[in-house]
Amino acid sequence: MSSLAQSQLRETFELNIGPQHPATHGVLRIKVVMDGEYIDRAEPILGYIHRMHEKMGENRTWNQFWPNMGRLDYLSAIAYNHCYAGLMERALGIVVPERAEYIRVITAELNRIQSHLLGFGAYIMDLGGFTPLMYAMDEREQILDLLESVTGSRLTYCYFRFGGVYNDIDDDFITGTRAFLKRFRPQIDLYHKLVTGNVILMDRLIGIGPLSPEICRKYGATGPVLRGSGINFDIRKNEPYSVYPELDFDIPVYHECDSMARYMVRMDEMGQSCRIIEQALNKLPEGPVMAEKVPKALKPPKGDYYYAVEAARGMFSMRTVSDGTNNSYRMRLRSPTYSNVSLFEEASRGMLLSDALAFLGSLDPVIPEMDR
Amino acid sequence: MNELIRLLAYMLCIAAFLGLNLAYLGWVERKGAGHFQRRTGPKEVGPYGLLQPLADGLKLMSKQLVVPANADKLIYMAAPVLIMVPSVTLFVAIPFGENLVPREFNFGLIMMFAFASVAGLSILIGGWGSGNKYSLIAGTRAVSQNIAYEIPMLLTAINIVMISGSLDLNEIIRQQGSYIWNWNVFRLDKSILMPVSFLVFFICSVAETNRTPFDMGECEGELVAGYHTEYGGMGFGLYMMAEYANLVIGASLITILFLGGWQSPIGILPGPHWFLLKMYFLIWVFVWIRWTFPRTTFWGLLNLSWKYLIPFAMVNLLLTALFIKVI
Amino acid sequence: MDRAKIKKELEKLAAEGLPAGQPQEEAPVVVQAEGEGEDKAKAKAKKEEDVPRKNGLIETDYAKRGAHLDVQINPDQVVKAAELLDSEGMTIDMVTGVDWIKEGQFEIIYDYSYTAGGPAFRVVVRARVDRNKPDIPTISHIYGGANWHERETWELLGINFVGHPQLEHFLLPEDADFFPLRKDFKP
Repeated sequence: MSSLAQSQLRETFELNIGPQHPATHGVLRIKVVMDGEYIDRAEPILGYIHRMHEKMGENRTWNQFWPNMGRLDYLSAIAYNHCYAGLMERALGIVVPERAEYIRVITAELNRIQSHLLGFGAYIMDLGGFTPLMYAMDEREQILDLLESVTGSRLTYCYFRFGGVYNDIDDDFITGTRAFLKRFRPQIDLYHKLVTGNVILMDRLIGIGPLSPEICRKYGATGPVLRGSGINFDIRKNEPYSVYPELDFDIPVYHECDSMARYMVRMDEMGQSCRIIEQALNKLPEGPVMAEKVPKALKPPKGDYYYAVEAARGMFSMRTVSDGTNNSYRMRLRSPTYSNVSLFEEASRGMLLSDALAFLGSLDPVIPEMDR
Repeated sequence: MNELIRLLAYMLCIAAFLGLNLAYLGWVERKGAGHFQRRTGPKEVGPYGLLQPLADGLKLMSKQLVVPANADKLIYMAAPVLIMVPSVTLFVAIPFGENLVPREFNFGLIMMFAFASVAGLSILIGGWGSGNKYSLIAGTRAVSQNIAYEIPMLLTAINIVMISGSLDLNEIIRQQGSYIWNWNVFRLDKSILMPVSFLVFFICSVAETNRTPFDMGECEGELVAGYHTEYGGMGFGLYMMAEYANLVIGASLITILFLGGWQSPIGILPGPHWFLLKMYFLIWVFVWIRWTFPRTTFWGLLNLSWKYLIPFAMVNLLLTALFIKVI
Repeated sequence: MDRAKIKKELEKLAAEGLPAGQPQEEAPVVVQAEGEGEDKAKAKAKKEEDVPRKNGLIETDYAKRGAHLDVQINPDQVVKAAELLDSEGMTIDMVTGVDWIKEGQFEIIYDYSYTAGGPAFRVVVRARVDRNKPDIPTISHIYGGANWHERETWELLGINFVGHPQLEHFLLPEDADFFPLRKDFKP
């Protein structure tokens, strides 16, 4: 902080960043008290796209709640599908066929790459470089086409079912995915060449927005934010679900705790997702993609159930309280960016405005998921 | 009388030249950006999207000019005009060819810098008059940026003046002979640091024209659209046109001071075509830079100027003076 | 993080909250309901409907419930529990409110997990408050992350987190004068 900012004579003014602002990727609003170019206090204000998914969960039957899972985080909807499927399979004791689990993992990882691609492009766009976004979009489009061919939708997927997935993948998808992986891998190096080594970018990211492991813990930050702070925690490894334990992959961890570390975690995760998809395609067993004997009327036993998955932005978990009827008594959704962004107020104190927005971008917020 | 007709003819020509350039540089930028980004750019309106600038112009002109409630109306309306006028005026001094110059001043360089600094002022009053906090921040940023970059720019330009012994732009060009090694950028016999001076001048020009990576006044990631956030219709259109006019002037100035103006690089056929070729090449480089680099921070920008460019320009000036004195 | 210590301390905490004279063995009622024959479970569940769960610690089956420890304590002990789990390096995941309208109670569920690497460890802390006087102390001074979760729970259910720095409208519009997740809420 400047010495001026600390003196008693300072004069502050309020600035509303958002709800319509290029840097907030949607309708996040940040009420900033500025002291010149320095931030005195930045309070995120949510709710501009609040749809009360939790109440919808109470009003709808278990099956009717499926489409909501695609509408939380529109960038990594398959992970959310995965969470809901896992939650209810845990509650109902359904065993999922292995092929379905592999398909789940393949689609979820494709979705993760797609999400990170857009995150990468949009982040650099925040920093003023428009070209990487278009490069990322090029690759992302291929993933969307692949996923569209198997799920039927491009963003708001509603692909999983209790006991499996509703549509088997065909050979076209498999060859298409392999071709994509072959083309995509060199692209990551290209991004690094185009963007990461740039002096201006390094100047803007290195050392900006330091997040200690302690503040991550206090605020429950997860995902690339936590891994960028040097903590090796990923639900896929630490609390394995689906067939992740059978696949060999690494969790990228960076210890610098700054925006660059978070950015690098995302870039490296794309490569790891490629590895996962490749192995899953090789191991893909034959068989059905839906469990037999999934009851028509779902009535999970009384009690509450918890399930967590690793979405692109961190740990997404659901807790549902069932009263033994065919809809939920209470549906609670814990979205990763909700926790990740909640630390923004504390961490952004005293930052420059441009640094704070670079920091906010490195948290990679998706607003519909925060507001739910 | 003849002089008057000549001036009128020049004014017409400049207006036509400017109009075409301002419209089609926008097209060049968008098309160029498209190709840098693996897409085609504008292509719907006319062949290769060539009528796109006209369509844009029509759209901008048909829009209502809304003055925000908080705005200072007079200043708000005056700012876009004020940014346009000096840019257009400057064309009167640019020697496109040895004889193709509207008016030869023997203080052309000073006039260039004098009028160019008005642009910073008009950005400030545009930002202030909008009554918007983003615009105000952008305006103050633009002013400190312009001040910071005008200093090294002037200091480097003084090198040229010392070498040429003249402020007349045409005279400066004349002194650089034809052939590429006679241009100021490679005149190592006058000062061994000339290529570096060229680089400094180039960086300062990017900053002076407010373009990425130094577009602190616009900065859409932070300040929405900076000083022209509140402008719509032709108010915005004038700002856009002024940006390209400044681009043309910046490129012309580099061409004149360092790249030999209308002099031919290979010794044959000197003339305005070489001038335009060099100028458009520089503009293309500006576009290229814009679509490749992310934006610096405001602090980084000022640091670059005050900590590196200005001290360097001073040392450079000293060395050049010594060189000239000794030789 | 020391699992055994957390378990022991939480058990102690839950026992402190029991009303005097109540036999401690009664506490883990629900645990029997799991994994046994369906009829038996149903019969148990029926019985439970009338009786809200007693304070106490249950070691839940992770594969079935998604949590390792499940403890119910008195509302005034949630701060102690949070302090304990904080000192053991646990993270707050979320704060959930449930409206048990039949019993006239709100249940507040705190999900803690261990996110510092190693196998996951999830602890659920529950507390029940009276529906007519839904006051519970805040833990937002211990966990900054609980701030938003508590604010949201206040907004949607009307549970008053005593000591919370900013119980203002968050997700709902500023003029919302209703609590949409309450079971008696009529839109």
